[in-house]
Formats: sequence, structure tokens, C-alpha cells
Amino acid sequence: MTSVPKSGAGVIRPGFVWAAPAALFFLLFAIVPLLLVAVLSFTHWDGISEPRFNGLDNWTALVHDPVMIQSVWITLLLTVLGVATQTPVSILLGVWAAGHQRNRAVLSAIYFVPLLLSATAVSLVWRAVLDPNFGVPSQLTWLFGDGNLLGSQSGAIAVLTFVGVWQFTPLHALIYQGGARAIPQVLYQAAAIDGAGTVRQFFHITLPQLRNTVITSTVLMVAGGLTTFDTVLILTQGGPGTDTTVSAFHMYQKAFKSFDFGAGSAIALVLVVIATLISLAVVRLSGYDRMRGTTEGL
Amino acid sequence: MTRQRPNYVAGLGSLVWLGLVGLPLYVLLLATVRTRADYSTEGPLSLPAEWTVQNYLTDLSNGFGQDFLNTLAVTAAVVAIVLLVVPPLAYAIVRARGRATGWVFRLFLLGLAIPAQAVIVPMFYLISKAGLYDHLIGVILPTAAFCLPVCTLVLTGAMRDISPELYEAMAMDGASPARVFRQLVLPLSKGGLSSIVVFAALQAWNGFLFPLILTQSDSTKVVTLGLYEFQTEHGVDVPGLLSAVVLSTLPVFVVYLFARRALVQGLTGVGGK
Repeated sequence: MTSVPKSGAGVIRPGFVWAAPAALFFLLFAIVPLLLVAVLSFTHWDGISEPRFNGLDNWTALVHDPVMIQSVWITLLLTVLGVATQTPVSILLGVWAAGHQRNRAVLSAIYFVPLLLSATAVSLVWRAVLDPNFGVPSQLTWLFGDGNLLGSQSGAIAVLTFVGVWQFTPLHALIYQGGARAIPQVLYQAAAIDGAGTVRQFFHITLPQLRNTVITSTVLMVAGGLTTFDTVLILTQGGPGTDTTVSAFHMYQKAFKSFDFGAGSAIALVLVVIATLISLAVVRLSGYDRMRGTTEGL
Repeated sequence: MTRQRPNYVAGLGSLVWLGLVGLPLYVLLLATVRTRADYSTEGPLSLPAEWTVQNYLTDLSNGFGQDFLNTLAVTAAVVAIVLLVVPPLAYAIVRARGRATGWVFRLFLLGLAIPAQAVIVPMFYLISKAGLYDHLIGVILPTAAFCLPVCTLVLTGAMRDISPELYEAMAMDGASPARVFRQLVLPLSKGGLSSIVVFAALQAWNGFLFPLILTQSDSTKVVTLGLYEFQTEHGVDVPGLLSAVVLSTLPVFVVYLFARRALVQGLTGVGGK
């Protein structure tokens, strides 16, 4: 028998050529556009003629654009509301789905149906369901009053938050289910011997053990919240007035409705910067970056 | 091992959730099998006075079939691109020792944080410049590109689980990287491969933003865009619209029935483990 080579010795390894196609493709269709958005934010471009540089014009216009400033606050508000509402529901549902109840498989097959629908489909279904004249509110006037939920700012924000819960909870519940299943059973057995009930076990074992999962899930929620677009486009059109005009929707309207692509690029860049900063902050504050393994939070 | 006591709080929550998920699905499905007049007069909660499949038939004769085929083409192409470039990349990331490959991996990690919304303006510029505006290929390329970071992360994770001894055994036989890739890496990362196929397919099938800004004709319309236009043009025909929603979800639902595990893993992407 020949001697076994030491790890790495004599092994022919794949060269860079294996990585090159994917790298080039990604560079061209993701990184180049990201750099280009910065360049375009210093140009005037109507979408037809060639873009031409106009210095800081878009940026000075942007800081004086009341809708833009309002849109940043609405985006942040929706993001915070999204994290605050989706997290508890996802944790409860995920921990439940990680258990061994009877009928769990059948029920969770139904629970996760929202995952299958596109954001477009979700928004259209809820638009129909919540329609003040032909939807559910017209049937249940004792609950909904005049039923025009999208007619006020607070109502529209509540609807967007609620639809966000409906749309995104299943995904986060799945992440929490994975996290909850990874908690060692021996912790619960020890707690049970000490006489701790289900509720105490939940707060003293499950929640602390899910810490890293909370971070993963929160980063995803923040990223999703900051780029809210489809639901706003279909459910509220940014209204009433500009009351739910989030930054991504404002960008879309500036660029593709008012044909001011330079202004749209500036808004896009602001979005990228805010999203990056918040993600970094969450990761930093939580100590996620000092974790040993890359899969610990999953 | 003692059985864990049932968690009543979570159980109660799960019942509430069943109601929240069930209500719109009930409205959705019933609305598609009733007439427009019935929906307007009887409301969405009552059972239909008369059952009909006319809404589905009308959708199909109004060009939904074309949208469906376009989406199928986009999905197939996106999956093909992902399958073509991601496995070699993941193999290189796991096995190569060069500095360049390390940088490529970092590039893709960075890419995880780029939202598609942030690049729609430059994408519109690039795709128009390339003469691909209003062509399906113009939707396919960016959609595939934005699938790459998650797919790379998932497949790299799967390939790291292959034990180094197996590589060394093949190396002793004098196997080239291509042979190692074909005979060892691909067969042993089937789970990861099916996850990235499902993830990419879902992204492509449900994608809305790129088609919205990069196409405009009926001949290049995908289902999500078809739904959106249906709503803006014939918003009052709720049964027709919701039937189109059901039709657009049908393929995903079929996959869900037959390959739930792969679908769930594909859906959760980075999160699913």
C-alpha cells in the first residue's frame, strides 16, 4: 500500500478559470450597475437622450425634496413596524413548527402557503380582500366601520404592515424552526427536572438560544423592509397623497414615471447606503461578526 | 427521553395564524369559481350561488397562456445559467487555494446585500444600450445575476461537507479537476443543487421588478406583470383577476406538493439549513 499523501499535498486543485464565468457575469450585471448608479446620480438623463453630467444638481434637489425626506421616515417606520410585528409571530410559529404535535405536518403545509405566492399575487389578493366596496370589510361593517382602510395614513401603514406579516412570517418562521430544532434537548430536560414550566422554558432557554437566529432573521427583515416596493405599488400607490410613498417607490416614480433618471439614481444610492449602514450596525451591535462558525446563526 | 410538554401559547398562536392564512385563501379560491355579478352582490364570504370555471377560461383566452410560456422560458433560462456557472464557482471556492478565488467569494458575499431595487435605473440603461430592452433575454440576465449570491452560498455550504479524503483518493488516481468535479463533487452535492434550482426557479417565476422596468409588449409579458396590468386595466373584474393569480401560482403549488423539502430549502436559501 502506498503512503497516504498529507492533506493538500499532490492534489491538483481547480484554477481561477472555474470561478471566472460566474465572477464575470456577476460583475457585469450586479457590480457594474451598482457603480453606475453612483455615476448616474450626477447626471441629467431623461431616458431617451444621452445622460449628461450636471454636478450636484440631483443631490441639492434631493435634500430639498419634502417627499424624499418624508419617504425616508416612512420607509424606516415600516421597517421598524415590520421587524416588531414579524419577529414575535415568526418565533411563536417557528418554535411551534419545530415541535412534535399531532397534525403538525398537515397544518404547517397550510401555514406556509403565503411563501408560494409572488409579492404581486399577495398584494393583489389583499387588495381584493380589503376592498371597501366588494371586499370583506363591506361584509363585516361591525368590525371595519366604513371599511376604507387605505383611506388614511395610519390605516394604510397598518395594512402594509399587516400584509408584510402575512407575506414574510412563513419564511422567518422556517428560519426559527431550524434554529429551534438545533437547541439541545438536554437543556429542556434539565429545566423540566428543576420544575420550570413551558413558559419559563421558552423565556429562559428557547429565546436566549435563538439569539443568533434572531440576528439572521432581523437582518433579512431590515433589508426587506428598506426595499419595500411591490406592496406599496399595488396596494396604496404611495397614497393617500404621498402618505405611504416609501423611498423605493419614490425612486421608481422619479425615474420611470417622471423620467428623471438622475434623481432616481440619487435616491437609489441613498437606499444602498442606509441599508448597508443598518445591516452593519445590527451585525456589529449583536457581535455576529465575532462568531466562530459561519453557520452558527442558522 | 421524556416527551416535551405541548406548547399551548405557540399552539394558540398557530390557530390564529391558520385563520389569518385561511381567510384570504378562502376568498381567493371561492372568487375564482363564481360570476362577477355574484361576487359583487353576494360579497366574498358567501358561497357562490352558481359554480363556474368561466373565469379561468376567459383568462386563458385573453393571453394568459402567452404570459405563462414567457415566464416558463425565463425560468428555464435562469435555472440553466445558474446551473452552468454556480457549480464550477462553488467548487473553485471550496477547493482552490488562489487569492483571486478568495476575492471572488467576498464579492459574492457583498452581493448578498445589494437590493435589486437599487440597480433598476442603471440596469435599464445597460439593457437599453445593449439593445435588449423588451426582450426576454434582457429580463433573464439580471434575474440570474441576482440569484447568484444566495445560490453560491448554499452550494458552497453543501460542497464543504464532502470529506477531504475523497478528494485525496481521487487525486492519487491522477484525476484532473474536471474529473473530480464530474465524478465526485456533482454527485455528492445533489441536495445543494436541487436547493439552488428551486431557489432560482422561484426567483424567476415570481420576479416582478425587472420585467416591470425592462419589458413593455404583450409578447414579452411574464405572469406577474400580466397580473399587475390586469389589475390596473380591468381592476373591477375581481374573479377574473384572482383566477389569474391562482393560475400563476399553480406550477409552484405543484412543486410544493411533490418536492416540499427541496422547495422549503430553496425558499429559505441562506437561512435554511
